[in-house]
Amino acid sequence: MPDKRTALFPVHQKLGAKLIPFGGWTMPVEYAGIAKEHTAVRTAAGLFDVSHMGEFEITGPQALDLVQYVSSNNAARLSDGQAQYSVLPTHEGTAIDDLLVYRYSQERFMLVVNAANIEKDFEWLQGQNRFDAQIANLSDETGLLALQGPRAAEILKPLTPLALDKLQPYHFASGPVLGIEATISRTGYTGEDGFELYFPAIHSETLWNGLLAAGQPAGILPAGLGARNTLRLEAKLLLYGSDLDETTPLLEAGLSWIVKLDKGDFIGRDALARQKADGVRRKLVGFEMLGREIARDHYPVHINGKEFSHVTSGSPSITLKKNIGLTYLPVEHSQIGTKLEVLVRGRACEAEVVPTPFYKAKDA
Amino acid sequence: MNPEDLLYTKQHEWIRISQDTGTVGITDYAQNELGDVVFVELPKVGDKLTAGKSLGTIESVKAVSEIFCPVAGEVTEVNTSLVDAPETVNADPYGKGWLVRLRIDKTPTEGLLSAKQYEDYIGQK
Repeated sequence: MPDKRTALFPVHQKLGAKLIPFGGWTMPVEYAGIAKEHTAVRTAAGLFDVSHMGEFEITGPQALDLVQYVSSNNAARLSDGQAQYSVLPTHEGTAIDDLLVYRYSQERFMLVVNAANIEKDFEWLQGQNRFDAQIANLSDETGLLALQGPRAAEILKPLTPLALDKLQPYHFASGPVLGIEATISRTGYTGEDGFELYFPAIHSETLWNGLLAAGQPAGILPAGLGARNTLRLEAKLLLYGSDLDETTPLLEAGLSWIVKLDKGDFIGRDALARQKADGVRRKLVGFEMLGREIARDHYPVHINGKEFSHVTSGSPSITLKKNIGLTYLPVEHSQIGTKLEVLVRGRACEAEVVPTPFYKAKDA
Repeated sequence: MNPEDLLYTKQHEWIRISQDTGTVGITDYAQNELGDVVFVELPKVGDKLTAGKSLGTIESVKAVSEIFCPVAGEVTEVNTSLVDAPETVNADPYGKGWLVRLRIDKTPTEGLLSAKQYEDYIGQK
């Protein structure tokens, strides 16, 4: 099956983007260069086409009950216009996917899932739906742009009548942007202030071009999946398929803050209660390379010459000018300052466990 | 765009041959495909390299790429300025971004492309 394309594919081509396969999609990995785009998001703004992500709408009298049953966070605590990070757990307390849960009303939710998991998640949700609720897969007709960076708000403000100043992180509002009905959400995957815009995909080009034009004086750049990855890693936001998957106990991934055991019955609750009671064996930690070598995904990780794990995400940090990564380590070796070795092309290179997030925005 | 006086490989390296010395680098096409170069790992002076075998590694933000030696020879000089300024490979791939100098065993004839042949080759990609 050929890779899918977002509505903006021809626009990315025209911009000279490098296009790569990603989770069944052909997506732009970079335009002007990952470092430039990364820096634009940290200092001004970047615009990402992330229309490949999946959107499901859950509606009906028991919409909340279905969401509560399939997700680990407590969706009952959301008010209308609020969003939360959550996980779809397996019965074993590992992750089918991580996602955002948006509450429009008690009878209408939107779930935003990873592109590579759209079909898997949709089938799973349908299989678990013993509630008076409908699940619609709106992924194909929904466009999603992420406008991220300290100057995102000032760029977006003149384009919408919505009161962006009042929109807190993890809140959203619906209204026109450049005349196009959209959901504007103060969320993102970069560790920076910013917005994610959901809208009918047919309007993708209008919004993309309009946002780039409006952001030009502020120094906006189109940004690809390359920068998206380096940005999210600095902020220690997990990447499903690398840092998290169906073999990862959620508590090892440091996700106990979105595992709400007291919210009532949900899938995986028993297994997650056991993880909490027994404690976990391993822990996801951040590390920094002490030399110049770059740790990459899958490189083996040793402590005192013994192999313990592998790098789940590794990359140069553009902002910090260091080489950073994530790995799972036994709890007894997970303290800040623990020395480890990453095998780079077979050579043991020194690294050290450091506090995370690696980077935190000043006012985010 | 690719200098006429160089020879090229299908793995996107170039070599400038002057008597028994060969200077090796990567092409403009290669640096552009790689993106921002952030790390260069090169052999040591005195290392003996084999044609078609690994010469070193160049890493961009996103990717790790192995560099292959266009000809056999012994390393006589390494561009150590790339340790602190690996981005030179992007900025000046045919000049200051050179990688190594070799004393070449014999003037190569096989497998290397002229500038014209190389341009035809990347044109097809």
